[in-house]
Amino acid sequence: MFEPIRNENLRAMKVLVTVLPKPSVLDPQGAAAAEAIRHLGLTGVGRVRIGKVIELELPDSTPDSEIHRIAKDLLSNPVIEDYSISK
Amino acid sequence: MKFAVIRFPGSNCDQDCVLAINNLPGASADFVWHKDTSLAGFDGVVVPGGFSYGDYLRCGAIARFSPIMQTVKSFAASGGTVLGICNGFQILCESGLLPGALVRNKGLHFVCKHQSIRVESTNSRFTRAATKGQVLNIPIAHGEGCYFADDATLAALNANDQILVRYCDAQGQINDASNPNGSRENIAGICNETRNVFGLMPHPERACDAALGSTDGLVIFQSLLKN
Repeated sequence: MFEPIRNENLRAMKVLVTVLPKPSVLDPQGAAAAEAIRHLGLTGVGRVRIGKVIELELPDSTPDSEIHRIAKDLLSNPVIEDYSISK
Repeated sequence: MKFAVIRFPGSNCDQDCVLAINNLPGASADFVWHKDTSLAGFDGVVVPGGFSYGDYLRCGAIARFSPIMQTVKSFAASGGTVLGICNGFQILCESGLLPGALVRNKGLHFVCKHQSIRVESTNSRFTRAATKGQVLNIPIAHGEGCYFADDATLAALNANDQILVRYCDAQGQINDASNPNGSRENIAGICNETRNVFGLMPHPERACDAALGSTDGLVIFQSLLKN
């Protein structure tokens, strides 16, 4: 649906947005995965949280504020999730 | 009273809503496509259930950006009646029209069954034809129906009498055993502070005909028509 950035004069960067459920929100998938890890025989496992990682291709010049806006207003729901950004 | 039933790509309870409303004397309903931008001539809006945009990203997250949702927001802001059912409830939360969010069911399974819910407040245009404490038998069908709100939001919902229905057992008891999805405080449906926007996970439109096993959903629509 979206064309990759092809303009030779426009330097593109890849940004990873990681979205995880807030610690206060029930994460039954994470709890089930933690239980499965115990079944693997690893007893030391603590809490497991399952979220998602979104890879964005953006012009190099994209200001951080814009990336945060995308992460906060669309990619995550601040009521239930936290996000972090890595370039 | 004329209702707009919004259709998104992936809506699948839109027909049921239109049918349930059109069967009521004094009410009619029409479909409104999500790319439309006008609600002129409508007295109320129903955001129906389904899987808008395939539940991509989060349930309701993409539907929030549909052109019609801006109009629904201004309609709600001017006091218009907005009812969100199931995916519609999720869309209203994502849109910020209702507080909180719906997350994955505690048991991880998609839950599809008849469920008792208790009317907690009749102080709304959605529940005024019911009696307080009345137990309704209404189908639920969702994978992400676990209502979450932080402690401060929950306190405000309680203080403002915004929790209109809670999951209960057939006797009206509210406990963990009667909570099908892990919702905080067994919350099945809430309204906004101004009491003109209501969202609930159960499907009243699927309980409006005896042939479907229950007519308990009628009271929600009858409330809307009551003067």
